[in-house]
Amino acid sequence: MAALLESVLLKKLDINVVLDWLKNNDEGDKLSLNSVDVAIHKQEFIPFLLNFLREQSSQALTHGPATPAKTPSRPRPPPQSHSFTERRGARSSGGGGGSRNASRVQLFSPAPSVSPGHDADAMGPSGSHCLSGVSAFSSPSFTTGWSPASRAPGSDRRSAQRVSLGDFMLSPTEHQHSPNVQSQKARKRSGGIATGGQGRHGRGGGQSDDTGRWSGRGAAAGGSNAKINESPPTVAQLNFNNLEDFPPVGSSPISPSSAKPSRRINPTPVSTERPHSKPKTCFTSTPFSKTSSPPIEAPDSSVVAGSPLSLQEERELLKREKTKRAQHVCAPLPLDSITPTKAGMRIGTKVTPELLTPCPEPSKVTYCTELDLLAELYCTCISENLVPNIFLELFFVVQLLTSRSTHSHEDEQNSSCAINTDILERCFLRQVHNCVYFAVKVLESQFSLVVHLDKCSLRLLAENERVASFSPDLRDRLTQAQDKSTAKLSPSASTFIHSVPFQPATDNRSNFSNDKAFHTFKKQRDIFYEILREWEDFHKEPGWSFDANLGNRIRGMMNQLNSAGNHSHFARLFLKQLIQMCKGPRGNSSLGDTPDADLLGMLGADSLGRLKRLEERLIQPQTVIGPCPPPSFAGHQEFFRDFLQTASCCQLNQHLQDSLCQQLLQLDEVSILSPPVSNGVEEEEEDGDMEHQDEKQRFSSVLLLARLLAKFLGFIAFLPYQSSEKPSREIQETAITLRSKSAPMLDVCALLNNSIRRKRTILTVPWLVEFLSMLDFVGPLILCFRTVLGTLLLLYRRMLLGKCGEVCYLNKLLLVSVLGWLFQIPVIPEDIFFTSEFTEVAQIDTSSPSATGLDGIPLVDHQLLYTCCPFIGEFRKLLAAFVSGSTAKSGGIIRKITPTSAEPRNTTTANRSKQKLQLDLEQAFFHNQPPSLRRTVEFVAERVGSNAVKHMKATLVRELVERGEKMLKDGLDSPNSSATKLNDSICAQLCEAGLEALERATRFCSEKSPEAIRILLPEETSPAVLATSESITKRLATEKACSWLAANITALIRREWKSKYDRVVKSLSPDSGEVDSAVDELVTQGKVLTPKRKQTNERVATCPPHCTHSVPQPSDVMIEIKEWLSIAVGPRTDAELPTVLQLSALLNRVGETLGCKKFSTAVSEQMLLNSTVLLACKLVSSELPVLPVPSSDLMAGLDSGSAPPVRALLERLGELWERDECSSAPIHLLFSPLTVSAVLQASDTQWNNYLFLVRKLVDGGILSEEEVIAHWKKLTNLELPGELLEKFQLESRRVKPLSQLSELQSHMDMLQVSHQAVEGAT
Amino acid sequence: MKLSRAEYKEIARWTEQLRPTRQCMKQLREKFPNHSQSTLLSIFSLEYQKRTKRTISRHHAPDAIESYYKRYKSEAQTRPDDPVMLELANEVDLSPALMARLILDRSLQDSDCGTPSKSVLNSMLKEPSLIPDPTLAKNVHQCTINDCCYGPLVDCIKHAIGQEHEVLLRDKLKEKNMSFLDETQLRTMGYDKTPDIILEVPAAVEGHIVHWIESKASFGDDHSHRTYLNEQFWSYWNRFGPGLVIYWYGFISELDCQRDRGILLKDSFPADIVTLYQAGQAHTPSSSSATAAR
Repeated sequence: MAALLESVLLKKLDINVVLDWLKNNDEGDKLSLNSVDVAIHKQEFIPFLLNFLREQSSQALTHGPATPAKTPSRPRPPPQSHSFTERRGARSSGGGGGSRNASRVQLFSPAPSVSPGHDADAMGPSGSHCLSGVSAFSSPSFTTGWSPASRAPGSDRRSAQRVSLGDFMLSPTEHQHSPNVQSQKARKRSGGIATGGQGRHGRGGGQSDDTGRWSGRGAAAGGSNAKINESPPTVAQLNFNNLEDFPPVGSSPISPSSAKPSRRINPTPVSTERPHSKPKTCFTSTPFSKTSSPPIEAPDSSVVAGSPLSLQEERELLKREKTKRAQHVCAPLPLDSITPTKAGMRIGTKVTPELLTPCPEPSKVTYCTELDLLAELYCTCISENLVPNIFLELFFVVQLLTSRSTHSHEDEQNSSCAINTDILERCFLRQVHNCVYFAVKVLESQFSLVVHLDKCSLRLLAENERVASFSPDLRDRLTQAQDKSTAKLSPSASTFIHSVPFQPATDNRSNFSNDKAFHTFKKQRDIFYEILREWEDFHKEPGWSFDANLGNRIRGMMNQLNSAGNHSHFARLFLKQLIQMCKGPRGNSSLGDTPDADLLGMLGADSLGRLKRLEERLIQPQTVIGPCPPPSFAGHQEFFRDFLQTASCCQLNQHLQDSLCQQLLQLDEVSILSPPVSNGVEEEEEDGDMEHQDEKQRFSSVLLLARLLAKFLGFIAFLPYQSSEKPSREIQETAITLRSKSAPMLDVCALLNNSIRRKRTILTVPWLVEFLSMLDFVGPLILCFRTVLGTLLLLYRRMLLGKCGEVCYLNKLLLVSVLGWLFQIPVIPEDIFFTSEFTEVAQIDTSSPSATGLDGIPLVDHQLLYTCCPFIGEFRKLLAAFVSGSTAKSGGIIRKITPTSAEPRNTTTANRSKQKLQLDLEQAFFHNQPPSLRRTVEFVAERVGSNAVKHMKATLVRELVERGEKMLKDGLDSPNSSATKLNDSICAQLCEAGLEALERATRFCSEKSPEAIRILLPEETSPAVLATSESITKRLATEKACSWLAANITALIRREWKSKYDRVVKSLSPDSGEVDSAVDELVTQGKVLTPKRKQTNERVATCPPHCTHSVPQPSDVMIEIKEWLSIAVGPRTDAELPTVLQLSALLNRVGETLGCKKFSTAVSEQMLLNSTVLLACKLVSSELPVLPVPSSDLMAGLDSGSAPPVRALLERLGELWERDECSSAPIHLLFSPLTVSAVLQASDTQWNNYLFLVRKLVDGGILSEEEVIAHWKKLTNLELPGELLEKFQLESRRVKPLSQLSELQSHMDMLQVSHQAVEGAT
Repeated sequence: MKLSRAEYKEIARWTEQLRPTRQCMKQLREKFPNHSQSTLLSIFSLEYQKRTKRTISRHHAPDAIESYYKRYKSEAQTRPDDPVMLELANEVDLSPALMARLILDRSLQDSDCGTPSKSVLNSMLKEPSLIPDPTLAKNVHQCTINDCCYGPLVDCIKHAIGQEHEVLLRDKLKEKNMSFLDETQLRTMGYDKTPDIILEVPAAVEGHIVHWIESKASFGDDHSHRTYLNEQFWSYWNRFGPGLVIYWYGFISELDCQRDRGILLKDSFPADIVTLYQAGQAHTPSSSSATAAR
């Protein structure tokens, strides 16, 4: 590889040959270089090239987003195996990467740390530096270094080198057997290097840092077998300890057989461990931790950049090794791509880079030719999807562009690299000038990709002074592109409803097996939301733990679910809630992005976008996380994940899986209409456009939903296998065997193949990627997932952005970026990209091209792209960080703000909020309605809106064109007329007249929408719901039609007019008659049936016909009566006693109240009646004395004088009870012993009043005489005190004449008879 | 009427010494003449219920019951015409109605065979004339009628008040042309939890979307509001989204803090209501199209 690159750079080899080789897929993998007599594999070359670039630039990229993004390559899990200690001893393994190096870097495996001095530096200010993926010191370091000066170019040199390489080799025995002496060794080594390197070449020792480099397959050597037999006395700084990569010179035969098998899986020959066992972390996913630091010795030289072993040596070894096993085509695998790291910091010590950054100048660029060649190679790799993640590369380029290298020419003069004779060791990218030059070159060549960045990024690029100074042309193109760009990130309106509505159809009692289940679920729902609310309130507080705070409640809930067997209901609630809260793009964004609701509310719906953008600029996230964030559960998703983890309920999980699977498969099958096939007539485009918009929206909603569901399905499916660390090889193999036996939940292979065949990858792949991102460590190795990953890889390689194929550009871009992302996440084996292990089990069936699939429809827009791949937004952050002049690390990013963007447009704030409120209300309206209502409304609105447009085309536009035709003819008749001039003026007039379309479309929609809605909604729909639905439909339809018309009517008229004009002018015979085409008459809907209005189901009020309901309320009257009763029963003061007027007024009120049913209930009515009877008892017994009325005039109406005022009241009561509604008054209370005895205990007056009342009741027909007698009879049966009874009998005899009933008398007789004793006493 | 928590506490503190009688209510009214009677009564009632909950177990202890019963018996014998039971209740600070129940229960056990059923007890309390012992009946009656916090009559009044306010609420909604489903309708549709009102078409009250309305004919204090939130309001929210609670007798103003979360408190029918497509206020298509066209 090195040879190849060298040949190219030295122009020994025509670059075009190489480019062709790279581009050509079919012609085999190998390129034979005659000059060097080797064959080179593409899969080896590319990682080599990428690593080369990273290393080259490692010193230049000291600045900046020194966030993890920079070192994406590095994040690695902590090393797991100790067998790599030696390696780790090497600084290269510094970060948790040690273990990974072993697995990943085959080409240049980590070199033992060679230059302690550098190590020391590296460990310096920030530990993370040393972790950087590519360090200047990495073994094949081309940047600095040691290159044997003495070497002559060419093969001679190489052969000469072998020897020296051997010298630097680690002895295999050391490697293998003495991990413990690592430090010692390291020291030794470094010492050796120091001597060796310096002594021989006068240069400092180099360092190697293999981590983060791409490794090509060439690296592979047999596993442990690859050990070297000879042990070089000292270890060079190369990562040559990877003997596989660089077999010792003269090392004899490495058995190919051993080399090959282990190679594929185990790229690292040095260790016996399987490389796979190292978990990989994606960039940025985990902070690196230094796992081992090499022993540090004081740098024995002032060498600035470590110069590792000579490249030549490596190359040499490599070549030999290659030739040996040229026949093995297996590829190695590393892939943690790494954008350059902060290696430079090591050298630059603690200088703040900004201060020293020289301003890049085109004139100071060196090695132009070479840089051009490199750029060309690099661009080809990007264009041909030969890199695992194009955005990662683009990110790297932008990092180069914004490099803040501290290097100046002076440095270079002194450094060895300037005079380096080895072309590969020249410092191509050490200086900022060169970096920028290279970056600009690449950007220019990748312009078509760059153009698809969001507007803001484009603007930042366009405004970047470096771009301007290096390529004004690029700047201009960027500026133009920026104007055209529609790639803006509009926010989704916040949904203010967060609960899943109760729907009788699924939630009421009939959906449950028994009452208990129903009521249990009722509680579950409330507990679920309680937990959710609590989570919302507290989860961001430090120290809050999900499990500690909610765990018990959740588990309790699960127990209840288990006992009630309600899982399916809860699963439904859970999923609906999940979808409700997480579906939108907001679910993907972090919680911190949640906009301030009030502010948004103030600005209104239509300004949300602007505000959001403004906000984004203001609160620029401070960290650049790089283009490959690990899979995560952002925002509310976190709640659902934690819930599932805590609940850890297998029944629930099963139900969820079933449901998720079903929904996903349904979504995957969703049919999206392609726009009408354009038959060359552009006219069709408008309608297509409009309907296509809807389809696009639908697609995007389906896709986002599918991604969400797939992620959770993946989460649940692989939850049982999740482990924080990669299992050991044995466990892994057992697991693979075991798990291959059972069928996975989702037949991913079949799904994917089917999708590819049917050209629906644009829908399937993005959600499949989400699903796969949840894989556990073993998962990818199981055949079906291995196959699916391999297939995806093949798909990725085919998805060349530059070639127009069947798949639309943005569709492709989305696929490429989600796949690129997938290949970088931790659980996906590192070697996937550069080996054929995965692809060999996969194949893409291209045989049966089906007619139309989704892939060919332009479904993806920038909005969707950015929603699915938020990491693309990292560019903006990176660029913004550059603009702000500070590293992201050192603080916020200050952006200029154009204040105007915050200004409200022509509407007032009040209007806005009103509008927003109306929109919110609309959303709210649908919330508790059956989902079908919303679907209907949206569907009708969409259709009516679309019809309105068609109608306008068929009527207004046609009319206008005809009018224009007439005007044209008339105009042409007049002398000196010019058709062209006429054309312009007519066109302008027509366009102006065309604006009428909006008004007409509005009328059309207002007319048609309600009709359709009325027909489509159930007849029983309540009037209010119906009316509201109609209005919403009207609005939606009108909005849809008008927005389209407003944007397109002019163009439409122009076009129509133009064709008419052409025809007229051409034929000059306007009356050709072909004009009158069939008018698209709208079929008027049939007569609209007015749906039956639902009966308002009110409590039947039997108020009298003209009741005004303006009566005292029952409660008030009751309170009043209660007051008097409590005075009656005492204790009381005389001052509290009522007057007859007060009571009579009360009785009036009682009468009124009872007369009106509006406010009363059966209970209150009855209690009121009870109270009146009680009151009567208290009155008749004088327990409640009535105060005399001062003025006798007032008593006029009452029987004053002899008759006590009480009688008037009693009479009123009697009248009251006579009324129909009082029939249930408990009159019997009047005959209760309590009452009667109270009456009897009082004076004759009371008895007379009592009799008066009874008489009244009988007369009024309230009581029959029989009833009176029965009551009395009952009374006599009771044991009244003898004295009272006697009195009673006496009195009752006097009643007799009153009653005028012989019956009564006889009963009294009977009473007497039955109470002989009493009788006798009289 | 909204009260600050401090105001509420002042009233609450003052009610601590009161008994649930007519006389005490009068004192309360005189002490806080600026507050409406019903609010004061509602607050007293809440506080008194809390007090009762705190102390009821003490009164229900067998020896306590025994001693009350004995005292009642002896005093009723010596002073048959005096409200001895009521006096006893006030003395030991137990609600008279509850005291009546205790003693009635106890005396029935004495006279009759065994423990009386709850329904017998209830009907006797409701209609003391059913009580065989006239003195006891009179005392019981005195207690239940005088008690302004417990007892069948008070329960009925409370129920009536609640009912009336729901009617008033429905009236107001109809006045505003707002279509709704009430509890009964919702029940028949099988809803598991039902607020008083569900708006068929949601409205915005003071800028907040409201799907349902719950009418509470009581004062909203911390304790009852918390209970209602847990048992009702959040449940409604969980099913129907945000809503409005009207505490007709007022509430502690600090409690109205969940507006953004979807629970809005008012002490009367709100005046600021915006509905979808109100007459003349409809979302004009032209304006929205202009926006969209942009």
